[in-house]
Amino acid sequence: MDELINDFIAETREMLEALSGEIVAWEAAPGDRGRLDEIFRFVHTVKGNSGFFDLPRIGALSHAAEDALASVRSGARTADPALVSAVLAVIDRIGELVEALDSGEDVASEDDAALIAGLQPNADAVLETAAAHHTNPRAARSIRLPVELLDRMMSGISDLVLARNDLARRIREQGAGGEVEGAFERASAIIGELRDEITRTRMQRIDTLFAPLPRMVRDLAGQTGKQVALEIDGADVDIDREMIEMIRDPLTHIVRNAIDHGIETPGQRRRAGKSETGTLGVCARQAGNQILIEICDDGRGIDGAKLVRRAVGAGILSAERADRLTESERTSLVFEAGLSTASEVTDISGRGVGMDVVRANIERIGGLVEIESRKGEGVRLVLRVPLTLTIIPALTVGAGERTYALPRSAIEEIVRVKASNVRVETVGGASVATVRGRRLPLVDLVQLLGVRAGDDGGRSLVILRPAGADLYALSVERIHDHEELVVKPAAPAVMATGLYAGTTIADDGRPVLLLDPPGIAARAGLALGRSESVQAESAVEPRRPGGQAMLFRALSGGRMLAPLAAVQRIHNVPAQAIKRGGGRLHVAVGDELLPLAGCGDEAPDRAISLLRLSDGAREVAYGFDEVLDIVDLPDGLIPAAAAGEIAGVVLVAGEQAELLDLHTLLAAHGAATDAVRPRPLCALPAGDPFMDAIMRPLAEAAGCRVVATGSAESAEAALVIAADEMPAEVPPGARVVRLAAPDQAGDSGAIDRYDREALLAALEGRKRATRKRRNG
Amino acid sequence: MAELFLAVRLGGDRLALRAAEVDSVVEIDALTPVPGAAAHVVGLSALRSRVLTVIDCLRSVDPSRSVAKGAREAVMAVVDGHPYALLVDAVEDVLEASGEPQPAGALTGGWRRAGRAVIEAEGDLLLLLDVEALIAGPAREAA
Repeated sequence: MDELINDFIAETREMLEALSGEIVAWEAAPGDRGRLDEIFRFVHTVKGNSGFFDLPRIGALSHAAEDALASVRSGARTADPALVSAVLAVIDRIGELVEALDSGEDVASEDDAALIAGLQPNADAVLETAAAHHTNPRAARSIRLPVELLDRMMSGISDLVLARNDLARRIREQGAGGEVEGAFERASAIIGELRDEITRTRMQRIDTLFAPLPRMVRDLAGQTGKQVALEIDGADVDIDREMIEMIRDPLTHIVRNAIDHGIETPGQRRRAGKSETGTLGVCARQAGNQILIEICDDGRGIDGAKLVRRAVGAGILSAERADRLTESERTSLVFEAGLSTASEVTDISGRGVGMDVVRANIERIGGLVEIESRKGEGVRLVLRVPLTLTIIPALTVGAGERTYALPRSAIEEIVRVKASNVRVETVGGASVATVRGRRLPLVDLVQLLGVRAGDDGGRSLVILRPAGADLYALSVERIHDHEELVVKPAAPAVMATGLYAGTTIADDGRPVLLLDPPGIAARAGLALGRSESVQAESAVEPRRPGGQAMLFRALSGGRMLAPLAAVQRIHNVPAQAIKRGGGRLHVAVGDELLPLAGCGDEAPDRAISLLRLSDGAREVAYGFDEVLDIVDLPDGLIPAAAAGEIAGVVLVAGEQAELLDLHTLLAAHGAATDAVRPRPLCALPAGDPFMDAIMRPLAEAAGCRVVATGSAESAEAALVIAADEMPAEVPPGARVVRLAAPDQAGDSGAIDRYDREALLAALEGRKRATRKRRNG
Repeated sequence: MAELFLAVRLGGDRLALRAAEVDSVVEIDALTPVPGAAAHVVGLSALRSRVLTVIDCLRSVDPSRSVAKGAREAVMAVVDGHPYALLVDAVEDVLEASGEPQPAGALTGGWRRAGRAVIEAEGDLLLLLDVEALIAGPAREAA
């Protein structure tokens, strides 16, 4: 609606401007029928629009003017100077009201009636001066331009930038006098400024992308019988208009999916211990030259196992490979064509068509889609898209015979290998660059691309900070130049390599590939931020170790390695924390229970240390004796004879060490993590403001699932919280926490309701009791 | 009016593309290779201010073969907004088909993927190739 109003304001302003000449001419010659018709058309249009927008004052004014003018047109009246003045006064007032509509100010309304009365035949020419003191339209004026014109300007300025780059190169090569160079510098700077300005004309608030969402969410929620609260953040981020169009469909699709498949019905949510209303968050923010759009829901999450089954069923994945997928790789299967976890086809999000198309669309514009799902807790999707499709500052570098471009935004610094404070060495098969004492993983561009190295053998290092990954050094053969490049999205066949972000045309007219720093890091096995596609994963077998590892002494006495990235924490636990249950060992760490590996079948009889290993979704504790060292994971893994907890053997400092196979460990033990960590059910009296507003969040923060006392589910509750008196029914085995008014606690066993420490302790205590009861 | 087709020569065969799917016929000069891309994507080429992704049509159909060395004639097609140059051994002429395209017989290997139908034109039978399948190459089947 706002947009329509703005259109109305702009249109009315335009008409008024065009009309001002007509009005003056009509004043000079009131008998001129052509002028009269123009003015009549204006008031007629305004009257129609004011009805549509419900603007009664403008409506009344334009209606009165239309009536008066109609009688002139029909010949019933003549256009005498009094009528002309009155009509002009009305038109001026309409102009004022429209300006006020735009600025949000008020215009005194008392003399509207007088203006309308002035239109009557024989009215006194009371308001001749009205036109004189109307306020001028605000100084900052806006005009409307066809979008195509902006696009043509943009493409014109892009070509101009290319021509400038070409000229710059020629001036550099052939030399020119200082005066010419000075003049060129000036022109160049102006072109730069102009480009920035024109780029800005194409920017739009991302608001326009988000504006239809509330209505859509409301309608979808209604159709599916769900309750969804939409939270939008970052609507004031600016983004290229063209990008908005490219993101619109993928975003719509993701939101539909989230409501249709992600968020559960109120009943399901209640049973899962969540609030009945699901939350859908859409948030945009700018990070460097990227826009991040995050869509997260608190629904049921993506069923990775189901996806895997379908993928295997559809022949996309071999059963053997399916077993080795990490949780995030399983989730990423949603991007494969033809897979959908919804067992029913719905008319809202259909089947299968969808996430693969979403990813293709986002990647086509040089963006990335990241997905993260937690079963039962929801899905978080992040779309990373470039700020603009058009011009980016870049560094051109050489590898082999070719030139490649790197986005300058990702470049931290450039150093020469020959410099005294730079050292390049190979540690355990992996290259490492040490720059002023800082050690960085090193990727050789020539090797990575598999191109033939040039003859000179010289190298420079470009230190890159890719979005979503750690710093690394990229070794290139030559550093060419800083250039402004007009980047176009590359064809899917080129994007599929994962190495490039787009294509551009160099000064000499040859195509140049823009390298994608996060993609290169991923290909080189460095980045954590981007999950490799399933196909890429299978190509590298066995998986080449990368990064660092923790060397430790196992309980059996052997030397073992665990990839450092998977090590969350180290704990020391006493022997009694370890118990056997359900056919396997578990260890209690704080108030959590974890599956325990590394101890064989027997619970150890002494205190041990634990490595807490996780891939982000599953967790397992691995018992060990002592930490020996942190080392770079060496090359040359000799795979184990049979698949198991040991991936293979490597040499570390001349001695053998066994590398843990996290896939197997987490698959064998980690799967149980969710099952052994139920959230204890806690019943609270409903309708009590203290309980709802204070106690409930406290209980939820302590890890409980909260239900209303007396509800069907509360019969299962392990913990019942009550106000002063004992609740009528207490489920068997449940413990009761009674709350008392301040200073009334006494020795009745009730807890002062404002004694936070005691409340928390009570909640925690019951929680542990629950765990023991269920697992012991 | 009968549908128009563009006859091309590829690996010794005479084949056809739908004229409606063809943007223009271009000559490819210099190629910028794309390291890491599928084998049938032979590189990029600039045409005025556009970057064409150049596809070796023969390699796309049969990974063990490729268009003749020095072949420079290509058919330009725009798919999903991306311009492609489909490199062939030679571009011959535009044909008018007599009758409707007929289902192709038993094709083998990559021809089955790229071949769409058989058309009859000027007394000759030509296999009609699918532009999108040529661009996708063998990767799609392997996936």
